[in-house]
Amino acid sequence: MSSVENPAPGYLDMELLRFTTAGSVDDGKSTLIGRLLYDSKAIFEDQMEQLEMASERRGEEQVNLALLTDGLRAEREQGITIDVAYRYFATPKRKFIIADTPGHVQYTRNMVTGASTANLAIILVDARHGVLEQTIRHSYIASLLGIPHILICVNKMDLTEYKEEVFEDVKKQFVPFKEILNIGDVRFIPISALNGDNVVDRSKNMDWYSGATLLEILETINIRSDADFVNPRFPVQYVIRPQRDEYHDYRGYAGRIAGGVWKPGVKVAVLPGGIESTLESIDTMTGELSEAYPPQSVTFRLAHDIDISRGDMIVPVDQKPNVGQEIDLMVCWLGENPMVMGGKYVIRHTTAELRGIIREVVYKMDINTLEENRDDKSVVLNEIARIRIKTSKPIFYDSYKDNHITGSIIIIDEATNNTVGAGMIL
Amino acid sequence: MTDYSITHLRELEAEAIYVIREVGAQFEKPTLLFSGGKDSIVMYHLARKAFWPQVVPFPCLHIDTGHNFEETLKFRDELMESTGGRVIVRLVQDSIDAGKAVEETGVNASRNVLQTITLLDAIEEFKFDAALGGGRRDEEKARAKERFFSHRDDFGQWDPKNQRPELWNIFNGKKHMGEHFRVFPLSNWTEMDVWQYIYLEEIDIPNLYYTHKREVFNRDGVWLAKAPFMQLKESEAYELKDVRCRTIGDISCTGLTLSSADSLEDIIQEVAAARSTERGGRYDDKRSEAAMEDRKKEGYF
Repeated sequence: MSSVENPAPGYLDMELLRFTTAGSVDDGKSTLIGRLLYDSKAIFEDQMEQLEMASERRGEEQVNLALLTDGLRAEREQGITIDVAYRYFATPKRKFIIADTPGHVQYTRNMVTGASTANLAIILVDARHGVLEQTIRHSYIASLLGIPHILICVNKMDLTEYKEEVFEDVKKQFVPFKEILNIGDVRFIPISALNGDNVVDRSKNMDWYSGATLLEILETINIRSDADFVNPRFPVQYVIRPQRDEYHDYRGYAGRIAGGVWKPGVKVAVLPGGIESTLESIDTMTGELSEAYPPQSVTFRLAHDIDISRGDMIVPVDQKPNVGQEIDLMVCWLGENPMVMGGKYVIRHTTAELRGIIREVVYKMDINTLEENRDDKSVVLNEIARIRIKTSKPIFYDSYKDNHITGSIIIIDEATNNTVGAGMIL
Repeated sequence: MTDYSITHLRELEAEAIYVIREVGAQFEKPTLLFSGGKDSIVMYHLARKAFWPQVVPFPCLHIDTGHNFEETLKFRDELMESTGGRVIVRLVQDSIDAGKAVEETGVNASRNVLQTITLLDAIEEFKFDAALGGGRRDEEKARAKERFFSHRDDFGQWDPKNQRPELWNIFNGKKHMGEHFRVFPLSNWTEMDVWQYIYLEEIDIPNLYYTHKREVFNRDGVWLAKAPFMQLKESEAYELKDVRCRTIGDISCTGLTLSSADSLEDIIQEVAAARSTERGGRYDDKRSEAAMEDRKKEGYF
């Protein structure tokens, strides 16, 4: 099962799956992650020793797998996870990155952060309690951030005598929300993280469940279509001018493909000016590429000498993005200070930096009930709202649901330089 | 849809190159922290790829404890020579001579902690506003919550409770005068990824990583190398062993692995079979459970 016993050079061609886990301390989320790391043999002996020492100090009889994910000392002291922590493990099939986030409402900003790069979300439900307010909250955030796949793990099945009815009840409770939240791919798994049932190994206690284990799903779920292969987008990140003899006239535009499949010869336009040219070559240090696609980092050369700088965007002449200054978006507020109506902020969108003004709060979202609040327009830390901003210059964007890169922005406080908002363009 | 897939190593490479280019674009005076170890060699390789055919547009910075393996320095100079790179060297010995750092005494004396003082001084001397490092989140618990762009106040300190949220791949490097950033493009790599990438890209690494005969002694389960400045306890004695380095750092705290691995394939198999983490061989991390967190807050790498 684990990469640990296997010769590695054979596994140079694994895929990378990023997933996020949301849940509160009581759901056994840390135990589940500990279980995944432990059963897939991603825990080393010295970590295990530390774990045994720490568990002993706390007077616990069993080794507490949850302690593996509690990184910082402050958290160990308070017994809570307060930030996004990243964990890594691999099986012969895939390499995994876990963004482990706390699930309490006061940590919504951490969940949003963890979810922003995830292909998949694991949401934990306590079998004894069924679908709760927090289940809806976690599912809403997963859907808001456009995570394509959601796995609902019904945990602590051991405490409900591994009964099938309990599991079926949870599935039924979730049905209405699946439609409201518009999530495509939702799957349910009955597990016991504590005992390891259906996590890595198939449960012997739940014969009635014939579906895949958690790890089987993580290893096989199709993630290739998660990126945007429809809208070719190339935000210019850095202009490369070698100024050395052998590359005297070289002028390249470095960046990461944000969408689409690119091939030399395509007619392109450079925004904001709209000047047209042809993609001459796609360069890398190890040679030219015949095609490039997300998420590759490459360098474009164009047929004509055009004045291009960071923040510009290269697109095909016949597939241009939206261009505008009045932008409607969903925002999650991350700042300690409330959002200021009419306030000026720094906006980062792809590689561009500009300024923006908060023009309107359309509604606030109650993420526990999924109700829109159109009366209260104050937006504070951890709240989610639909807003409209006006930017100082036009931006070139797509809807977030079509492209997570050209459809997202961050909002920065000019005085503190802190990142205070995360926006998803509608 | 056609299968436009990308392997995990190529995805990690693309991510690291993206981050390095962001540093080149967002900062005025970046530097790349170079220790001569495999992570910093991989970092330098990625920086070359990020800006090719331009040479890396910023210098490397080597904080030299004076307790290096000889081979490391030779390797560093040859690499810079052959690639047109630039390296600035600052010596911990100079900080000690200037009275800014006090040498530890006793058998466990190490200059590893003192590096922080020399590093912060060098950052101030050259007015560096970003320092690229090869730190990975899988190395140690305190690093698991580190950001790609890690903000440091004007004392060079890290505040784990006041980190900027990082969403998607939008990095916020805005700062006030005197503050700087540590940037970790390899955040999402594991030790195995680094080795596999070295293998895939055929990157040269110092011979210390391959098996060789060396006089070593065992301290609390960690094999350490013989060197003029190392003191033995009474119970300890030198032995000649087949060893290799799993990490290359200050000799006084870099543990060696008993090994006969003489090729990258062998090393990768060994890493795959290893039952302890890379840092498990670092004597400095054994000092206390939260040793790394304490050093990071003070401004360590």
